[in-house]
Amino acid sequence: MSLELRDIHKHFGPVRANDGITITVEAGTLHGLLGENGAGKSTLMKVLSGFHAADSGEIVLNGREIRLASPQDAIAAGIGMLHQDPLVFLPFTALDNFVLGSPGAIRLDRRSAAAEFKELCSRYGFNLDPDTPARLLTVGERQQLEIVRLLWLGAKVLILDEPTTGISADQRAKLFGTLKELATEGMSVIFVSHKLEEVDELCDRVTVMTRGKVVGELDLPVPPQQLVELMFGQAVEMQDRAEVDLGGPHLRLSGVRTASGLLSEHSLSIDVHAGEVIGLAGMEGSGQDTFLRLCCGMRAPKEGKVTIAGRDLTGKHYHDFLDANLKYLPAGRLEEGLIQGLTVTEHFVLTGDDTSFFIDWDRARGVAKRQVEHFTIKGTEASTAESLSGGNQQRLLLAMLPPRLSVLLMEHPTRGLDIESADWVWRQLLARREEGTAIVFASADLDELLRYSDRILVFFSGAIIGELDAGATNVDEIGMLIGGRTAPIHRGELAP
Amino acid sequence: MNRFNAASFVIPAAVVVVSAVALLWLAGTNPWEPIQLIIEGSIGWPPFEEGSAAKVGDTVMVWVPIALASAGLIVTFAAGMWNIGIEGQIIMGAIAAAFVAREVSTARPLLIALTIVAGVLGGLLWGLLVGLLRTVGGVNEIFGGLGLDFVAISLTTYLIIGPWSRTGVASTSGTDVFADAALLPSLERTRLSPLAVALALVAIVGVWILFRGTLYGLKLKAVGANRVSAFLMGIPTNRYLLGAFMICGALAGIAGMSQATGFHYKLIPAISGNYGFLAILVVLLARFRAFWVIPISFFFAMIAVGSSQLDLRLDVNSALGGVLQGVLVLSAMFGLGWAVHRSRRRAEQEMAP
Repeated sequence: MSLELRDIHKHFGPVRANDGITITVEAGTLHGLLGENGAGKSTLMKVLSGFHAADSGEIVLNGREIRLASPQDAIAAGIGMLHQDPLVFLPFTALDNFVLGSPGAIRLDRRSAAAEFKELCSRYGFNLDPDTPARLLTVGERQQLEIVRLLWLGAKVLILDEPTTGISADQRAKLFGTLKELATEGMSVIFVSHKLEEVDELCDRVTVMTRGKVVGELDLPVPPQQLVELMFGQAVEMQDRAEVDLGGPHLRLSGVRTASGLLSEHSLSIDVHAGEVIGLAGMEGSGQDTFLRLCCGMRAPKEGKVTIAGRDLTGKHYHDFLDANLKYLPAGRLEEGLIQGLTVTEHFVLTGDDTSFFIDWDRARGVAKRQVEHFTIKGTEASTAESLSGGNQQRLLLAMLPPRLSVLLMEHPTRGLDIESADWVWRQLLARREEGTAIVFASADLDELLRYSDRILVFFSGAIIGELDAGATNVDEIGMLIGGRTAPIHRGELAP
Repeated sequence: MNRFNAASFVIPAAVVVVSAVALLWLAGTNPWEPIQLIIEGSIGWPPFEEGSAAKVGDTVMVWVPIALASAGLIVTFAAGMWNIGIEGQIIMGAIAAAFVAREVSTARPLLIALTIVAGVLGGLLWGLLVGLLRTVGGVNEIFGGLGLDFVAISLTTYLIIGPWSRTGVASTSGTDVFADAALLPSLERTRLSPLAVALALVAIVGVWILFRGTLYGLKLKAVGANRVSAFLMGIPTNRYLLGAFMICGALAGIAGMSQATGFHYKLIPAISGNYGFLAILVVLLARFRAFWVIPISFFFAMIAVGSSQLDLRLDVNSALGGVLQGVLVLSAMFGLGWAVHRSRRRAEQEMAP
């Protein structure tokens, strides 16, 4: 079944998640959808699977425009979505999960359903026992269960959102085999991923998205560099920065490993010196946030030592880390930084150094007013946190930082900010660096990572797979590493 | 919570009035009649006429526990906690005060001071228990509080028919009346205790100051509004949650003490009078503002005292007063919930993800 998306727009407030997306997927092809986090891939797929209604645009299936008001509509139209985390009910058996989504509410013909389940499984070579509870199945097997379920419900278009996360290499090979087979049967498959190699290996054609727009549509295979450039843009010029003499190590991880999950495979050791800026690159959820949480004591390591400004704080409470002059600013400004309902003045009182029991409001307002001016926050001292724009919330957060930090940990310092605010944020951060603060920040923006870091750590699948000198690397190399290609590609090697 | 407009106050009030009138009309009475009787039964008709001193005194002494519990609940609500356990905290305050009143005999001022301290401790510890269940055990404060309410209620009944039963009789009507020296001093021919009223007013003013001008109050508010951000800022959130439960428990304990040694003069099974639950409604209607607690608590105290007259004067069961209260609670909750939902939806439209 051929599928066309025509000029799809989907905005969330000021955020243009999809800004005029047009994609054509021919029947019987495997179509890749590639892009960074936040590029708008998931939003587009949610529109296509009936989760979100598009603000405008058309979805055309086999030449006929269709309207999707709910996921049921989508499945009735033959569009099946396999979510990143397969939507199975863990306590139910495989067969119960299989029949759950079937239309109708009263009659349940388990016997014929079981027969069809077996038939589908054997056709695609899946070895699923209908009576096994889903919780005992591996992620790969849950995917297989979802695939046969969607096929049984009549899916002619199959969307897979990052399906290779958390499955074994064997299961991946099996999955790819199945998808290729489905395509030869006339099924259209949309494969959403950030992994260059997989898209290259599997798909016939690829659409690359950045910032809500399609930036390229190519027949595969192409040299990976071309894809990297489309995804991350052209290499940027390094800007001059004030040279800072690095001081002693302010943050030291030695032999640190978590008990399970991300960053549990290998132990890691790193020193971050006073005045040094470390950038953390990688797709979201690759381990950067775990790394930051290890650094600030929100997560205790299973083994290894965490030292802040010469003090061994391993296993200590996060508030002890704060006492060592460390500060952690996570990505959610309004969720994990500011407090809705409280005013700017109240924020400064909460984080200020005046700890007297009674608040001197006149003085507090004066302090807040000066800070609002000094940090050019658009708003007044009486504005509530949530009434400020994202850029001004970030300014407020920076204004609330105590002077002379030893370590500053940040997630996405400029995400969602306009250029002026982003530039302003970095001027503040670089000033801190010159004062001798060790800065570690995670970002999805390669320009930002290259421009401001001294060193870049690249995370992939819960491990650090590269430590790069920011002055000696480039967008291509980082892009490849982020996509999981560990062997650096030398220019010319892949050139046609 | 401070982004309400006029409509969000008018709507719940209108829902309350309409449903109250509708209920009375359904019960077959002229809606004005029971209202007049409630006023007459609580403060006299015309209000504060000569000879209504005893009624007014009773109404004020019902106002005291409602106002104290409401003041306490403002603190737990600010910390983002639903302290349903306030009933149990009132009861434990009453039990602790009753213990002192029964077991200690000393000079009157000292004895009264001791009953107050006992009330504070009884409520405070019971509140602390809810907080510990929440912070250490991960038990939702609503379930923990409700469970402890039942424990406290059962403990009262046990004491009344068991160890503290009246000499010779085991009856659920209550313990023996406490010795005169243990009772809160009252104005002549009434049960009105100026000391209890003063304690309630001090509590309300104290809570007002707490959130108006202290760092502790601001931190409590921060913990209630966003525990994650507050924690990241370096505020020891669990300690503040426990603090909120202890403050609320202490005030509820005074309420219980006032019920035992200032109103019933003995321990009875329904010693809390359900004023804790009522106080939840008072706080919601007062929009968490301390001074609004004064008139709204008085309004509910009037209904509680005045409705006892209903069956005598009209052909209506006095339980109608309880039904009326229940309907008021539900309709106010509905009106408030609707207003909150409306303002939240509007906020979401303003700043979609």
